[in-house]
Amino acid sequence: MTEITRRERLRMPRVEMPEQPAGERAHTFTEVNLGLTWELAQLEAMRCIECRRPICIDGCPVGVKIDEFLGHLAKGELTEAVEAIATDNLLPAICGRVCPQESQCEGACVLGRKGEPIAIGHLERFVADEARRLSIHPVVEPVAPTGKKVAVVGSGPAGLACAADLAKAGHDVTVLEALHEPGGVLTYGIPDYRLPRDIIQHEVAGLERLGVTFEMNVVVGRSVSLQELRTDYDAVFLGVGAGLPRFLDIPGENLIGVFSANEFLTRVNLMRAYERGAETPVFDVRNKKVAVFGAGNTAMDAVRTAVRLGAAEARIMYRRTSEEMPARREEVRHAAEEGVIFDFLVSPLEFLGDADGWLRGIWLQEMELGEPDASGRRRPRPIQGARYEVPIDMVVVAVGNAPNPLLLSTVPDLDRTPAGTLIVDEESGETSIQGVFAGGDIVTGGATVISAMGAGRTAAMAIDRWLSPPEPAV
Amino acid sequence: MHRILDAETIAPQVRRIVLDAPLIARRHQAGQFVILRPEKSSERIPLTIAASDPTGGTITLYVQAVGHTTAVLNGLQAGESIADLVGPLGTPSEISSYGTVVVVGGGLGTAIIYPTARALAGAGNRVIAVLGGRSRRFVLLEEELRAVCAEVHVCTDDGSYGRRGLVTDVVHDLVVEGAPPDRVFVAGPVRMMAAVAAVTRTRQVPTIASLNPIMVDGTGMCGGCRVDVGGVTRFACVDGPEFDAHTVDFDLLDRRNRAYGAFETAARQADACRTVDRS
Repeated sequence: MTEITRRERLRMPRVEMPEQPAGERAHTFTEVNLGLTWELAQLEAMRCIECRRPICIDGCPVGVKIDEFLGHLAKGELTEAVEAIATDNLLPAICGRVCPQESQCEGACVLGRKGEPIAIGHLERFVADEARRLSIHPVVEPVAPTGKKVAVVGSGPAGLACAADLAKAGHDVTVLEALHEPGGVLTYGIPDYRLPRDIIQHEVAGLERLGVTFEMNVVVGRSVSLQELRTDYDAVFLGVGAGLPRFLDIPGENLIGVFSANEFLTRVNLMRAYERGAETPVFDVRNKKVAVFGAGNTAMDAVRTAVRLGAAEARIMYRRTSEEMPARREEVRHAAEEGVIFDFLVSPLEFLGDADGWLRGIWLQEMELGEPDASGRRRPRPIQGARYEVPIDMVVVAVGNAPNPLLLSTVPDLDRTPAGTLIVDEESGETSIQGVFAGGDIVTGGATVISAMGAGRTAAMAIDRWLSPPEPAV
Repeated sequence: MHRILDAETIAPQVRRIVLDAPLIARRHQAGQFVILRPEKSSERIPLTIAASDPTGGTITLYVQAVGHTTAVLNGLQAGESIADLVGPLGTPSEISSYGTVVVVGGGLGTAIIYPTARALAGAGNRVIAVLGGRSRRFVLLEEELRAVCAEVHVCTDDGSYGRRGLVTDVVHDLVVEGAPPDRVFVAGPVRMMAAVAAVTRTRQVPTIASLNPIMVDGTGMCGGCRVDVGGVTRFACVDGPEFDAHTVDFDLLDRRNRAYGAFETAARQADACRTVDRS
């Protein structure tokens, strides 16, 4: 490989991720992003100007050594690149696909100040996918079993990350999952066209190779109590997510045709309702008008799913503007390319039904932006008298989740905030009950896959310390 | 995988299924349910646990073949297994020493009301059961209920057994004509529960209905099972399934249960075609 100068690097354009054409992908659940070729991946990795202090790493919630893996990739050293990522990120194939890179590593990349940042997410995904294709597994140093048992409650990103680190430290880990398949929100929430199922299965299989046991269909708080887990295991990690859908609390919300994003997406993703011959139904949107309320990644997932199920018209309805949308930029662009219509500065007043209780329309209020609120975003406020009705057949409410109280309500000693999230020690993730740790959305409220993973890892380290106290000085 | 230890047909389209489920049996309380999938491709369906044996590690379900999934389940024999089973889910029945309690079961609702009747009797209540069915063959669990209840009233639509008429007629006699009981529990078709609630409301007898909305996960995550109770939206899977029958919006429940009617009709037709093909 010929050396290229810094000036040449700066002139190279960011490599575009090959995608399925919008017209084709809008009818299928196969992955939109097709993945980079070796040639494209190396070209992109070579754009890195190798900052002496790589601030991209500061942008990563788990501190992946981005400079190292890019360096190896640029030289074509796949195994080394895999190892460089694996020390900090156990689920790179997932993070490379679903992390909001623009507000994390890529947001920090110095190239982004004048041009386009390095496509770190696409490259992370490339390394992970190549490793999977070629069956390259990161080397795991064998450790002697500690004989300590840890229960991990929930098999979403926090639980998977926590389980992996604990297993590597030699602990006997059992992951308990309420649903019939592992993955948590990765499985029920994120659609196949963004995160194919085989990737989740691959990551779970990797953990099983490390010795982690997965038990499906166990609802902690119902099937087994936390107190029992505390007795049967040496430590417990709670990564149960924030699985209580928020609704808008307006009239007509219980009409047939109004769904939480969780229900709509679970039917499609976990229950495979989009497949031919599926036994679980999903609301038939073919040739119908669909409106999704919310503007986060889940809202994008829901509206693009509606497009794929054959909706005549699929809209995002958001009370702020495109500037304030919390979704990843790529998801918003993909949605727009697939024909999603964005209605900004509207807020629903009422869902309107027919005599049989089916949704037929929405009574909408036009909004304008006022003063900034606590989050720094300008607060939307209604425009006097600007109200109108639109005909809509299906509504998906994607305005976030509150902590699911099912488990927590059975354990009064667990300290929590007025909002219902768990209070934990920031350093360790330990809850108010000794030996019980927590992390992910149940602590932070709805956040990202990578921050949940980070919390899972932090807790794993603390659990490991807690289980292996230093030898007393002689 | 959970093994079926025993399965028998006890009424047309109705099977009694005993499953190996030690962890669920250990924690089951009256009023709770399971969610199961007979096969890996099946829909998740909720079914009330009719009985449990913590010592033997079994639970008993009564299953009426009303759709594709229940038909598949009812096609399984002892020795076979089901793919997934999770529970016990839901908030248990509120069991207390009320005094005299009337339990009302319509059709398969009898299997839902049975564990509650047992628990109520165990708590020292005088329990009166009212059972209804289309005809004699559809009256379930009569013997079991007689073992725990002070009185059992049976009625059938066609008069082939017990009193001819609806359970509401018997409830009317008990609640309005007689000394009103201290509490009523009801389970069965939505219309029937609404009718019973209307009768007991006239005498202000606290009445609890076990609701049967569409569910997916059963842990409060999807909100598909939302019901309106006293103008407040509740999730039947975690807040229920039992609620104050006098404030439940039964019309809403009835309508919402028809959300996938077209899909279910198509599935039934497909099943019927397959059956014809095989013959």
